[in-house]
Amino acid sequence: MTESLFRIVQDPISVEEVTNQVSRKEAGAITLFIGTVREFTKGKKTLSLEYQAYEPMAVKMLNQIGEEIKNRWPDAWVAITHRIGKLEISDVAVVIAVSSPHRKTAYRANEYAIERIKQIVPIWKKEFWENGTMWIGDQLEITEYPEGKPVMEE
Amino acid sequence: MITVLFFAGIREEMGLDELKIVEKNDMTVHQLKQYLQNKYNLSSFSQVMTAINESFVTDEEVIKDQDIIAFIPPVSGG
Repeated sequence: MTESLFRIVQDPISVEEVTNQVSRKEAGAITLFIGTVREFTKGKKTLSLEYQAYEPMAVKMLNQIGEEIKNRWPDAWVAITHRIGKLEISDVAVVIAVSSPHRKTAYRANEYAIERIKQIVPIWKKEFWENGTMWIGDQLEITEYPEGKPVMEE
Repeated sequence: MITVLFFAGIREEMGLDELKIVEKNDMTVHQLKQYLQNKYNLSSFSQVMTAINESFVTDEEVIKDQDIIAFIPPVSGG
């Protein structure tokens, strides 16, 4: 395999390319998670997003998630590509592909991967609205930080 | 010398991507946070995790010469 299984990229992600990274003849299932840019969050209209990453550590943490999955589901193969930079509504921000001989492993390992990304991978998103911007505070999208300062939830 | 990296909201608050600090060896992460908070009047480090050389560490970790320290606000990828 020429391309790394765990990547941070600036350009649009090819879902097919990520899928092909886990495709193999032993697989009976491939699950895909495609994370896209949502227009409305809690009633607020997002115009665009900017993702920022601490790239070397983000790649390292994606690899760690790969290791965790290998330990939990030894017959799963996983590939993850996350895009950073400026993204528009409906753009693909992340693609996770998992293949396994049987479907349950592929479903479970895939959900595990996205949950872990939201916990340990140093990537942040900034939302741009008509009347301002905000770095989103955590993976649950509950805590927001205007200019870095914690505030109460609206 | 140590290198300190800032991201997301803290980066905007600092107005800096990174900071080189000379002669600040042998202090803990907690001490570095206090030093930066006082010097740059930063809001809060309370929910901010820290990585040294790309691995998460606790506030008690001692910083060594040449370390790269990154402050990681709660992440929001995916």
